[in-house]
Amino acid sequence: MIAIVDYGAGNISSVKKALEHLSVDAQVTSDPSVISAAQKLVTPGVGHFTRCQSLNEHLRAPVLDAIKSGKPFLGICVGMQWLFAGSTEAPKTPGAGLFPGECSRFPASVKSPHVGWNQLEVRPGSRLLQGVNSGAFVYYTHSYRAPVIAETTACTNYGGMFSAAVERDNIFGVQFHPEKSAEAGLKILENFCAL
Amino acid sequence: MPCDERLAKRIIACLDVDAGRVVKGIQFQQLRDAGDPAELAVAHASAGADEIVLLDITATHEGRKTLAETVRRTARDLFVPFTVGGGIRTLQDAAQVFDAGADKVSINSAALANPGLIGEIAGRFGSQAVIVAIDARRGTGPADTAEVFVSGGRTATGKKALQWAREAEDRGAGEILLTSMDRDGTGLGFDCELTSAVASSVSIPVIASGGAGNAQHFVDVFSAGHADAALAASIFHFGTHAVADLKQTLLGAGIPMRWPC
Repeated sequence: MIAIVDYGAGNISSVKKALEHLSVDAQVTSDPSVISAAQKLVTPGVGHFTRCQSLNEHLRAPVLDAIKSGKPFLGICVGMQWLFAGSTEAPKTPGAGLFPGECSRFPASVKSPHVGWNQLEVRPGSRLLQGVNSGAFVYYTHSYRAPVIAETTACTNYGGMFSAAVERDNIFGVQFHPEKSAEAGLKILENFCAL
Repeated sequence: MPCDERLAKRIIACLDVDAGRVVKGIQFQQLRDAGDPAELAVAHASAGADEIVLLDITATHEGRKTLAETVRRTARDLFVPFTVGGGIRTLQDAAQVFDAGADKVSINSAALANPGLIGEIAGRFGSQAVIVAIDARRGTGPADTAEVFVSGGRTATGKKALQWAREAEDRGAGEILLTSMDRDGTGLGFDCELTSAVASSVSIPVIASGGAGNAQHFVDVFSAGHADAALAASIFHFGTHAVADLKQTLLGAGIPMRWPC
């Protein structure tokens, strides 16, 4: 069973729908015992970084314990940003600090929010992005983005390069919405389910 | 091939739905039921539409009860962004369609009657989930004189379109859906001057609507009109290849598009 962690951010039902489409057993939950019992975890996104506060409170221990035990974890949008040290969107709300760096707003030179379909530049070796080629379009809707780091597996260029996807061992994050990215997105979710 | 630095312009297919049935004929010959929104939405998405908008034009209270169920069925196998508009008057109405699987709601007259609604929905579901739809008419006057209308163009509000777009952004709207009442249904092309004026007044994306008749009209609204997306229903009457053909024409004209889809 995949636990879709309901921490108060939007977009929960679309992720559940996409996983159901892939015939995967998925459960939306904010119950620590269900999270602990799950084989995999997803934290969907959309919303202000302050929404991550519940991931820093009662959900923090079960989620971090699951990650430490090696269970595959996928953070989407704000759920990915939470994996970093924090975001300038909410300086008082820390992230999990599993990836280095801080998320920040797009420069004023580009329209923000970044809404629409943009392309991935995929780096070789990603397990999550297997079968997804550079140039593939994915759907974004966000105003803050994560820096490019050693663990970045795909970048997108919008007001400069940012991390479209990050990956280390069992920890995965995507800034775009795979559940809204047509075939490319479903392929990525399928890869996660197959881990 | 290096990736395009420019964000792809979006082609949005609109389904006008009355009591659970698509009413403007969008005819896909291979479909048994040309009036089913769930089938049509998936067909449009497979054909290359970047987003789907379902506009509920149901007039009767009885008919409206089916909306949540229609949205749920339409969202089920749809994996591109999905917007629902028409008759959303309260935060609760919005919550209901989000719960049924919509990614965004489009609000129009309710936002004019109660501008606070924009912030209420944005506060709960995020700005990315709120589209403010503006129906504007300017006749032969310049773009900055365009006035906002409600009730299908019958009632003038006295508000200027440019000011209302800015206010909607300030109140938390994530996108503006601008319909030119002068051009709607004419097939004479989008109102590029008005679209460009609104696009330069706000920093959020602007979706142009009203007047699409051929592919060149889309080229014009993305270049001269500075639209971020264009919405049409009637252009897609011609069949499932219409979106792909349209996108190829746009790519040929140097407009960035999601391709292949």
